[in-house]
Amino acid sequence: MKAAILVFPGINRERDMARTLKLVSGSTPNMVWHTDHELPAGTDLVVVPGGFSYGDYLRCGAIAARSPIMDAVRAFAAKGGLVLGVCNGFQILCESGLLPGALMRNAQLKFICRDVHLKVERSDTPFTRGYNAGQVIRVPVAHGEGNYIADGETIAKLEGDGRVIFRYASADGMIEPNSNHNGAINAIAGIVNEQGNVLGMMPHPENHVEEAIGRTDGRGLFAGLTEALGRAA
Amino acid sequence: MTANNVKITPALVAEHGLKPDEYQRILDLIGREPTLTELGIFSAMWNEHCSYKSSKVHLRGLPTKASWVIQGPGENAGVIDIGDGQACVFKMESHNHPSYIEPYQGAATGVGGILRDVFTMGARPIACLNALSFGAPEHPKTRHLVSGVVAGVGGYGNSFGVPTVGGSVRFHSRYDGNILVNAMAVGLAETSKIFYAAASGVGMPIVYLGSKTGRDGIHGASMASAEFDDDSAEKRPTVQVGDPFSEKLLLEACLEIMEKGCVIAIQDMGAAGLTSSATEMGAKGDLGVTLDLDKVPCREEGMTAYEMMLSESQERMLMVLKPEKEAEAEAIFRKWGLDFAVVGETTPTKRFIVRHKGEVMADLPIKELGDSAPEYKRPFVTAQKLPAIDAGAVEARGSIADALERLIATPDLCSKRWVWEQYDHIIGGNTVQRPGGDAAIVRVEDGPKALAMTTDVTPRYCEANPFEGGKQAVAECWRNLTAVGAKPLAITDNLNFGNPERPEIMGQFVGCVRGIAEACKVLDFPVVSGNVSLYNETNGKAILPTPSIGGIGLIDDFTKSATLAFKKADEAILVVGETAGWLGQSMYLREICAREEGAPPPVDLIEERENGDFVRSLILDGTATAVHDLSDGGLLIALAEMAMAGSIGAKLDAPPDDIPAHAYWFGEDQARYIITVPAAKAEAVLARAREASVLVTSIGVTGGDALALDGERAMTVANLNERSEAWLPAYMAGEA
Repeated sequence: MKAAILVFPGINRERDMARTLKLVSGSTPNMVWHTDHELPAGTDLVVVPGGFSYGDYLRCGAIAARSPIMDAVRAFAAKGGLVLGVCNGFQILCESGLLPGALMRNAQLKFICRDVHLKVERSDTPFTRGYNAGQVIRVPVAHGEGNYIADGETIAKLEGDGRVIFRYASADGMIEPNSNHNGAINAIAGIVNEQGNVLGMMPHPENHVEEAIGRTDGRGLFAGLTEALGRAA
Repeated sequence: MTANNVKITPALVAEHGLKPDEYQRILDLIGREPTLTELGIFSAMWNEHCSYKSSKVHLRGLPTKASWVIQGPGENAGVIDIGDGQACVFKMESHNHPSYIEPYQGAATGVGGILRDVFTMGARPIACLNALSFGAPEHPKTRHLVSGVVAGVGGYGNSFGVPTVGGSVRFHSRYDGNILVNAMAVGLAETSKIFYAAASGVGMPIVYLGSKTGRDGIHGASMASAEFDDDSAEKRPTVQVGDPFSEKLLLEACLEIMEKGCVIAIQDMGAAGLTSSATEMGAKGDLGVTLDLDKVPCREEGMTAYEMMLSESQERMLMVLKPEKEAEAEAIFRKWGLDFAVVGETTPTKRFIVRHKGEVMADLPIKELGDSAPEYKRPFVTAQKLPAIDAGAVEARGSIADALERLIATPDLCSKRWVWEQYDHIIGGNTVQRPGGDAAIVRVEDGPKALAMTTDVTPRYCEANPFEGGKQAVAECWRNLTAVGAKPLAITDNLNFGNPERPEIMGQFVGCVRGIAEACKVLDFPVVSGNVSLYNETNGKAILPTPSIGGIGLIDDFTKSATLAFKKADEAILVVGETAGWLGQSMYLREICAREEGAPPPVDLIEERENGDFVRSLILDGTATAVHDLSDGGLLIALAEMAMAGSIGAKLDAPPDDIPAHAYWFGEDQARYIITVPAAKAEAVLARAREASVLVTSIGVTGGDALALDGERAMTVANLNERSEAWLPAYMAGEA
């Protein structure tokens, strides 16, 4: 794996992401500054981490989406390169046109940090091959604007194409309003693009990869990616 | 106020919060009438908030030294050695008055200010905590203040990217007109790379970094040094506006230029902004400072020298750079999109000179600005000691089960999940123990070393007996760190009191500080940083004396730390320490009997230490499976919290005959812990306790889905949990 983690001003989970990628894959990712125009040669995974790029001013992710580096990321994605966006990264991918829809304020209008359960809808993607379809994983969320929304046609297409990868669920995998902490439509927690190579998700799998710090449910995502891309020698 | 040469009238002096004799002191010091800018500078430096003029004489009694203390009070934050070349940098500070006037921004900038204090010293912040005191829930402003303060604390910390891992929230009518927002930040640095405020070298460039200067916060520190009245809302323009985004950039840029070896001295611009930071750097380095205000990056047009010197715009720093590194430092700041301007230089004259538009606006002796600030030995009276309440004379109200179910749902004892879920408490990937336990635990880098941290104080004890209350605040902090398995190392104290010009308030202050000093001495738990917030009163009504104590402890291997949750059924439940049934000033007496009376529980510090050391040894050798300190609400509340956290009940033995049941279950005797151990080890633990002369009593076994007590209906864990979790969300939704 040769991952590149994008760093925008105000991003703050880039260290968590780098540590997790190193822990699970064995390779140290490159940190890529937002004003760069090119990704490091040989990059096979771009990660847009969480945080508050540009302070969430204007709209979450809106300013970062217009950074020079995002042109390179769009080109990379168009050629089938894998792109993972987490939390603010998901927002940035939506704002940059790589994923459809938008993230609104949480239904309760408050920032929420807690562990949630996700139902993994598919295991036949490079991002989720470390899980079984239908598996329930427990990972934390930490966001104020994670309420996913898109127009009816887009939602129908997302659902029809099987592009909803993660949904907020109860511990036993039921999709019900009480488990949908931010009010996302169809309890959507993560989606992929049409080609299936760009994933955006609100929860933070990178914060649940060590038994000693809670749980390891997030590990499957990075282990799966490592398998897909090849472990460091 | 634009001209610098205005006539200084007694009214103008009074407007600046200076007393006539203090003004006379200024005249004597400089031998002439001050300019308007100079008057502003004096008012900023000599107000209570910056000068500690009422408190200094008493603070000298606090123990501040230990072999592990690298930097005690007097710098931006305290620094302690945590081994392996690493240091923990921490401090707690209040932002009370601004938070009452504008809760979101007041709380947010409180967090921002304390974070800056920590990273100014070269530390990357790894955790935040807070201690919040609100008015009675039924007061019409309380809900609005809780909502705004919690959102503000979260809004700043979450965006900045530091986990907010712990704290406390209380409600009492005495905070109706004056809430308390105490924020604590903890950072990690290398012992060889700690940065200080003292400038060195003549002719060194003084550099302004960070956000631009605006007109916000002018006279903020002076506001913090006066009482409130009905017109306090008009002071809204003195509240600063926070920008966590800029602060995050400032953090990264500062750490980067420190890493590159560019910095000689650094000071953040907090209270009294440019004035206080520039004079501090000069005075501490025995140097003069000349500032050229034409170079200061301003957000607004036409700002006067007076306004620039008093602005409390946030996210700003002042540094003395190594001249040869100036270009490198500037490039780093430009990369982060921050302002960088050389605004002055150090001089050999020991004068503080401020120039603007070709004119000298101020020319003052730099050391005397701080050192010659008035210092008061204010008169104080020690309140009469309240009588101890005989538990036998307090009639029980209802059954034990009724009382527990009521207490667990009271504002002070209920779950604060609604609050801490609005704080990102996991960012960084090092939060070993999340909010809700005795102390939070944050792993140090990749471990296994970790830091335990907590904030504590019991204001009703401090009011009833300041000396015992001061002791208790420190002891409870020490106990909470011990209860997770940490060795307590040092504290920061945030002393919130009313108007010190009233002898009874000054008496509370003096008593509490003496109590804190006593406890710190006996527990080997020095004070390394702190903040004093006086004049916390509105229309003559003072807050409860609230000396918040923030403590840090060290754990060599976090995998050995303890949590309070019951782990499995059939384990022995033991109480460490003596239960006598002390009901005076207890939650039971206040919430169930509606009486806020009597002497608070006395604190035997030797017993605290012996019991705590015993508990810690049981944690570290893996014997104790769950540990909880005993505090508000006593034994049964603590048992309920352990049961709820583990979703396991307990079968409890009957109280001894000589203690009334309600006093036994809800009394607040100090120096106590509950632990669980595997049943097979219970006898050995009791024997070990006898050997160590520590009183340990077996009180029951874990198991079942309820707290079961002979003669009482079963108190199911599910029901307790529901009641504990329900109140705060319902209250905030306007339904309770």
